[in-house]
Amino acid sequence: MKTYYDPDDLKKFGKIKDFQPELGEKFFDYYGSVFEEGALTAREKSLIALAVSHAVQCAYCIDAYTEDAMEKGCDEEQMMEAVHVAAAIKSGSTLVHSVQMMNKYKQLSM
Amino acid sequence: MGVLTHKSLSAQKHELSEVDRQLELLKQADLTPFQDKLSETDLFPLKALNVDVFQINVGKMCNQVCNHCHVDAGPDRKEIMTRETMQQCLDAIDKTTCSTVDLTGGAPEMNPDFRWFVEQLSAKGKKIIVRCNLTIIVANKKYNDLPEFFKKHKIEVASSLPYFTSAKTDAQRGDGVFDKSIKALKMLNEVGYGKEGTGLVLDLVYNPSGAFLPPDQLSLQADFKKKLKTRFDIVFNQLYAITNLPISRYLEYLVASENYEGYMNKLVEAYNPVAASNVMCRNTISIGWDGYIFDCDFNQMLDLKVAAKGQHLKDFDIESLVNRTIIVNQHCYGCTAGSGSSCGGTVA
Repeated sequence: MKTYYDPDDLKKFGKIKDFQPELGEKFFDYYGSVFEEGALTAREKSLIALAVSHAVQCAYCIDAYTEDAMEKGCDEEQMMEAVHVAAAIKSGSTLVHSVQMMNKYKQLSM
Repeated sequence: MGVLTHKSLSAQKHELSEVDRQLELLKQADLTPFQDKLSETDLFPLKALNVDVFQINVGKMCNQVCNHCHVDAGPDRKEIMTRETMQQCLDAIDKTTCSTVDLTGGAPEMNPDFRWFVEQLSAKGKKIIVRCNLTIIVANKKYNDLPEFFKKHKIEVASSLPYFTSAKTDAQRGDGVFDKSIKALKMLNEVGYGKEGTGLVLDLVYNPSGAFLPPDQLSLQADFKKKLKTRFDIVFNQLYAITNLPISRYLEYLVASENYEGYMNKLVEAYNPVAASNVMCRNTISIGWDGYIFDCDFNQMLDLKVAAKGQHLKDFDIESLVNRTIIVNQHCYGCTAGSGSSCGGTVA
């Protein structure tokens, strides 16, 4: 193993069942159901997945959902807007915690 | 992202302009042979069902040099169907009960005998489809009346438009193609094409601008309808989502962009036996500019002639064609992936 990330490993995702078939099976059933067309379209779900992939910084997921979003008919503008949503929530989440910092600061200050 | 060269592979003397080199490359890929996949669902040998559609390639000459073109068409291609071969097509059509004649190219309208041929076909009462690249309508004054000509003969117009934005369209089809296509679509709309109640059919053809599979056809159609209407006040009938097949210029693109292996794997993984049983070659024959007969336009470009008694129009044998076994190869995975792909869109 020369690197931590290998693009070819993405194709082996299904192999996680080798070490624990029952839970692996349940996971993939669930995963498949989540992405089916429902109250949200498959395209909307793909864009959400793309945004979350960036938020959790998963290289495999970014690869997979960039391609998936293209195959769902999304263009580069829509995809980048989805990533900005993730970025806004991540930065917002950082900044909203500063309220706690401010609270603590005030509590400790005269 | 690809760069348009404005020259066909043939004019560049590119190794992938050679059919043998393409077939060799397709064979090299470490993939399940297509015929083995067909065998899994008892579809091999793949048999023709009938000959309902004559798809006729009237020449490789085109005013565009698109990145994905499986014909390797362009202004530098001089192969053009003669009136004599057209007459052989008409004679062959008379020996069949086919309902549809699908004219393609190149830009079919650039064939000097195109209008004569359409008039003869029209007199036979066949449904005529012309695969129009749109820009030809505005390319030269002599083509400006094509919408009226199409209307006169009730031709169904099937036109490529990879996306409703210029960036994606021009990346695949050349600078300025999107704006010209919009202008041509408006001209077609003006004479009634795509409008409810006119009976004049204007279908659009989408194919991915890159190494990925097409989206769901209906969902994409809804998007195209909405965007073209609101942005340009353009209407059309149906959208066909077509998969790019790994031959000719698209194959060259896949290799040059290092997407070949990934794309082929994707096609194989997405193999759908329902799509395989509905492939268009089962009810179609494809005629080359020089009168040779093939199972489809892709086999034509790979020079894989029909496995039937008469391989040329001069020896046309409908009985043998109806009962033929279709020639398959690794590129056929392109028509069986996901919802399948044909000149009329998805098949499963």
